[in-house]
Amino acid sequence: MSVDQATVRRIAHLARIKVNEDDVPHLQGELNAILAFVEELASVNVEGVEPMTSAMPVPMKKRADIVTDGDMADAIVANAPAVEDHFFVVPKVVE
Amino acid sequence: MNTHANPSKLIKGATGDWEVVIGMEIHAQVTSRSKLFSGASTTFGEEPNANVSLVDAAMPGMLPVINEECVAQAVRTGLGLEAKINLRSVFDRKNYFYPDLPQGYQISQYKSPIVGEGVVLVDVSPTEQIEVGIERLHLEQDAGKSLHDQSATDSFVDLNRSGVALMEIVSKPDMRSSDEARAYVSKLRTILRYIGSCDGNMEQGSLRADVNVSVRRPGGPLGTRCEIKNVNSIRFIGQAIEVEARRQIAILEDGGKIDQETRLFDPGRGETRSMRSKEEAHDYRYFPDPDLLPLEFDQGYVDRLAAELPELPDAKKARFIKDYGLPPYDAGVLVADKETADYFEAAVQHGDARRDAKLVANWITGDVAAFANSIGLSVAQTHIKPAQVAGIVDLISDGTISGKIAKDLLAIIVGEEKDGDPRAIVEARGMKQVTDAGAIAGAVDAIIAANPDKVAQAQAKPSMLGWFVGQVMKETGGKANPQAVNELLKAKLGI
Amino acid sequence: MTELTDLSLADARRALLNKEVSAVDLAKAQIAAIEQARALNAFIKETPEVALAMAADSDARIARGEAGPLEGVPLGIKDLYCTAGVQTTAASHILEGFTPAYESTVSANLWRDGAVMLGKLNLDEFAMGSSNETSYFGPVISPWRRVGSDAALVPGGSSGGSAAAVAARLCFGATATDTGGSIRQPAAFTGTVGIKPTYGRCSRWGIVAFASSLDQAGPIARTVRDAAILLRSMAGHDPKDTTSVDLPVPDYEAAVGRSIKGMKIGIPKEYRLDGMPAEIESLWSQGVEWLKAAGATIVDISLPHTRYALPAYYIVAPAEASSNLARYDGVRFGLRVPGKDIADMYESTRAAGFGKEVRRRILIGTYVLSAGYYDAYYVRAQKIRTLIKGDFESAFAAGVDAILTPATPSAAFGVGEKGSADPVEMYLNDIFTVTVNMAGLPGIAVPAGTSSEGLPLGLQLIGRAFDEETLFAAAEVIEQSAPKVSLPARWWA
Ligand SMILES: [Mg+2]
Ligand SMILES: [Zn+2]
Repeated sequence: MSVDQATVRRIAHLARIKVNEDDVPHLQGELNAILAFVEELASVNVEGVEPMTSAMPVPMKKRADIVTDGDMADAIVANAPAVEDHFFVVPKVVE
Repeated sequence: MNTHANPSKLIKGATGDWEVVIGMEIHAQVTSRSKLFSGASTTFGEEPNANVSLVDAAMPGMLPVINEECVAQAVRTGLGLEAKINLRSVFDRKNYFYPDLPQGYQISQYKSPIVGEGVVLVDVSPTEQIEVGIERLHLEQDAGKSLHDQSATDSFVDLNRSGVALMEIVSKPDMRSSDEARAYVSKLRTILRYIGSCDGNMEQGSLRADVNVSVRRPGGPLGTRCEIKNVNSIRFIGQAIEVEARRQIAILEDGGKIDQETRLFDPGRGETRSMRSKEEAHDYRYFPDPDLLPLEFDQGYVDRLAAELPELPDAKKARFIKDYGLPPYDAGVLVADKETADYFEAAVQHGDARRDAKLVANWITGDVAAFANSIGLSVAQTHIKPAQVAGIVDLISDGTISGKIAKDLLAIIVGEEKDGDPRAIVEARGMKQVTDAGAIAGAVDAIIAANPDKVAQAQAKPSMLGWFVGQVMKETGGKANPQAVNELLKAKLGI
Repeated sequence: MTELTDLSLADARRALLNKEVSAVDLAKAQIAAIEQARALNAFIKETPEVALAMAADSDARIARGEAGPLEGVPLGIKDLYCTAGVQTTAASHILEGFTPAYESTVSANLWRDGAVMLGKLNLDEFAMGSSNETSYFGPVISPWRRVGSDAALVPGGSSGGSAAAVAARLCFGATATDTGGSIRQPAAFTGTVGIKPTYGRCSRWGIVAFASSLDQAGPIARTVRDAAILLRSMAGHDPKDTTSVDLPVPDYEAAVGRSIKGMKIGIPKEYRLDGMPAEIESLWSQGVEWLKAAGATIVDISLPHTRYALPAYYIVAPAEASSNLARYDGVRFGLRVPGKDIADMYESTRAAGFGKEVRRRILIGTYVLSAGYYDAYYVRAQKIRTLIKGDFESAFAAGVDAILTPATPSAAFGVGEKGSADPVEMYLNDIFTVTVNMAGLPGIAVPAGTSSEGLPLGLQLIGRAFDEETLFAAAEVIEQSAPKVSLPARWWA
């Protein structure tokens, strides 16, 4: 499989990465080089094989339902580019 | 499933009848102290970003750790929905960008949910019960909140809700009217509250409904559906379905076609409107969350939770019918709220006596409920004790007071004597009804003597008897035993 | 007399405990070495004040007789580990200036045991690379040079800063991470020892995620013993990482020097690639001879799905990365480039904040997860992982204790030499290491010789899950058998 330029633009938007029109052709080339590299996987017989869900098959430990965290709004917003009254501030979202 | 359209549920259009088909996705906030994957509190209404951990804010290197209580709550709920509990389920990431979604993905369960198919029995009316199939129930994270009205140019993001556990309960498209849909949500909410897995508070957003609506010709193929997002009251669910069904019918009858889309119900305008019509199709790129192992438990765990489950509304209703001889309708009304059902049982069994359950039910669902309603409380929240209801019913049953006097008695308990013992009040205030035949006979004789014309009329038209009863009751200050008055009057008037 | 910074970690620790040297003096010696080595660009952030304060505390504890297992030992921390109050960047512009309020579990374990932090080490951006050339803060230059040349060489990647710093004696050991070979390949390129432990052996909490199902923390050190000492402190179950495994941490150092007599060492035929350089081939045979001489039995084994590991990796790792890196959106931390609306802000921020290789991997990862391609790519790759793991399980079930392979297909290459035209050329560096991550197994790279150009070459040992001890024992045999190679003179100082 390979990607066309429209697909490059579509996935760049899905990934929220701005791509200049000038960059589309060589990005397309690079992505297709990678897709060509992984192409041979299509020939592997995977019939009846379970996809791996965890590298080490151990039971998942669970937490007790107690409040152990939070109450640190200052630290939560400390690295934010824009903050007001402990809210994160972003360009207006229109619904 | 409803293969044959019920004529009474059809909507009349200009070109014939239409059947509305409804399915629902309910997001129910899991009752837990801390979040699904972090130790931050789930408390409602805190300062912005106060209930946020590093995990909830998706700080680099943070990892989710699942809350065992949320898992248990989902299993309990699955059991309450008579659903298949999946001993192995998987958490997936649903990827999309939104400012109130800090990770850039929501952890949810896509391919392998914790709970599979189930069923809910829904009383639509005193005489109609339907089954609504449950497709699945899965656990997922809630998102944060964006406030858009704080500034002209910016949105403000608060992550306090981010990561709170939700159960998404997906029904099959088994509902055929707004009444059925409303009854389904009510019943689901009752079940959740019995189990204690969700407080069902729709105003605070603990229970949110996405309603899928389509219309079709009766028995015809399914139409294209629209999803009405986040409807936040049972009343609005009904209204939203009505207007959306009519909107779709109007389009179809005009020769148009329905676009599958997400819509929003505007209760003010009484209409639904398209939400994201211009937005590109979503591609959520679901894949199993590599930070979380599969969620696995054994049947023994499920059995233990099942054993600890409280009696659920359907079982309680059946028991009320069987043990107390209640009509199904009364039993259904009582069990709709667990506290009311408990109140009823406490009243019936008060003082180790067994009293007339139907009479107790009548009082609770009648006068007591009316009073509770008038002050915005549930029956169990009022100051009226089950023992007081039991006392009133006992006084009626043993003939001490009439039903009418009983209403006065309740008014006294509501008003001046909140903690009063009904029997003591009746004694102290001389409210006992007169059963003494001599005293009643005196009043009867006096009325007959004073109204010869009416006597003649009554003998011709026995329904006049009621007038005489009323006069006697008036004469005795309402305290005469109506049964005795009736009998004596009949004898003396010869009717 | 040797300089303080030339000591092994084990010797430095002994000198500290014997009060032959103070922790503050040791830290000062390293700080001076680091200052002289800025030409290597191994550090993104030097933290001399932090080091001296921690060293003073270590001296106090040593004086009180309360020394921890790493008391006073100065270390470098890969800048993928979050360090409380110290900038953590993942070598990315998008995280420049990010100062976490929290400490990663693994680095916290090191501080608990008394170690001293010298600073944050350079790496490939978000650990995506095999040469340390993708760092926003510039490439790391290897302290090694080809004989007779002063061309700048890469230290390997992504833990290139860690490997270069350890090799150049800027620290006694360093933390690193390995998603497809990022500990072992730079260790092999720089003549150091690097171990990627079993997936789940070390906590991932507080380490910036690249590909969650593959990432694993581990040390880079100058000797097998030093690596064993560091891993013991780094490893352990962490309730904050449910993929970390609740098993006791063995005394790895005790395994160093343990006999390998009677051990069965597997030689996988699929690792013998067409066109493999003769010097790699002979290095491998040499390793076989050393292990045999130490009493091990050598058996030929087959790991038939080996060739699919790297392609499958380039589906799984970018897919997970595309999702893991979605949180870098300019809202809560790091870079924000203003935009005309929220989508524009996201797109501009992420275009400016991520470098070329990271953008490329996010795009490929987004593509392979997108509707219509998920099953053909991602699910298939995860099935192939199951097959790869099955290959190893069969070998171990047949009694093999460890598997010996080359660590890299070549020695270090020059800065700017590879991957500029075709990204896949760079990816091939990890051909021998990536299978181990795909299967979640432990792997160690140990120096075993030099190339014709005088550059270090390493061998890799692969072990059973949670059997790092066998790897330390066998690696020690190779270390002891291999000819000693000395680093070029300090051209950078
Ligand atoms: Mg939904
Ligand atoms: Zn949902």
